[in-house]
Amino acid sequence: MSKIDPTTMWIVIIGLAIGSFALRFVFIGFVGDRPMPPWLLRHLRYTAVAIVPALIAPLVVWPTATDGQPDLPRMAAAAVALAVGVITKNVIAAIFTGAATLYGLLYLLG
Amino acid sequence: MADTTSKSYFWKGFRDGSPFIFVAIPFGTLFGVFATEAGLDIVQTIAFSATVFAGAAQFTALQLLQDNTPTAIVLASALAVNLRVAMYSASLTPFLGAAPMWQRAFAAYLTVDQSYACSIMQFEKEPKMTVPQRMAYFFGSVTPITPLWILATYLGAVLGAQIPESWALDFALPITFLAMIGPMMRTMAHVVAALVAIIVALLTVAVPFNLGLLIAGAAGMIAGAQAELMMERRKT
Repeated sequence: MSKIDPTTMWIVIIGLAIGSFALRFVFIGFVGDRPMPPWLLRHLRYTAVAIVPALIAPLVVWPTATDGQPDLPRMAAAAVALAVGVITKNVIAAIFTGAATLYGLLYLLG
Repeated sequence: MADTTSKSYFWKGFRDGSPFIFVAIPFGTLFGVFATEAGLDIVQTIAFSATVFAGAAQFTALQLLQDNTPTAIVLASALAVNLRVAMYSASLTPFLGAAPMWQRAFAAYLTVDQSYACSIMQFEKEPKMTVPQRMAYFFGSVTPITPLWILATYLGAVLGAQIPESWALDFALPITFLAMIGPMMRTMAHVVAALVAIIVALLTVAVPFNLGLLIAGAAGMIAGAQAELMMERRKT
């Protein structure tokens, strides 16, 4: 991990603040009551479920903390968090069981 | 929004939104810790949480910045993570689009997973609500979360500096995001979108500037949309 340069950080913060507001405002502010094309809505529906797993997958398979070496406690914790989330639909329960798995295995294998 | 029915809808929203403080507090704390670990100072961390007000996008931006990703790609990727709020905005528009502009601007800033989820359920359940009542409910539903989200970020930033490396906080982000993905898997199309995105992300990991993330995200979205179309065709 390298330190983040403060100027870059501020550019990102301000850019994201404006960008996120624009995303939230675009429909409710500009579109008003006009209908939107179904193909656009159909793709927007899958943004979160596509981007978030794509961000996480490499971090699970090649963790930064182990210099990219696949790691059993981290893989197991990921599997547990995902499975508990799918089954219980409870985000907090999934976070806690995932974290418990990670710490449990790190301790046992440590 | 001064009349009594609007006021009671505000408090109804407040009650319905309250359980989400159990999500906002841990998630905000985690962001504060993560930001401090990444080298942000307290002012940057708080400014980030208060102005962007979207946990997932904030985590994404920080993760990519640590990998020395070019700024333009950091912004594009984090905003892509946040595209779902555009979806929320689109979905709320038929209910709130007729409100005054200043209220719509505030509502836009406060459009997050929790306020959207509460409001859309309520608006569909009671179609006869007036626009001011709906706005009151919407604002009520985010009122418990907003100050606590920022406060939790602050606490995380203060605590973060004192947390030892052996705590393996590098993995807090993957676990939190995976936990969030689980409940999103509502249909087969969502599962297809996620699986395609994961496979493409792993295959494109060598693509420079972390562009693999955007490629994988786009592939997943197209896959999800196509899967949805196929499922609809099979039904008819």
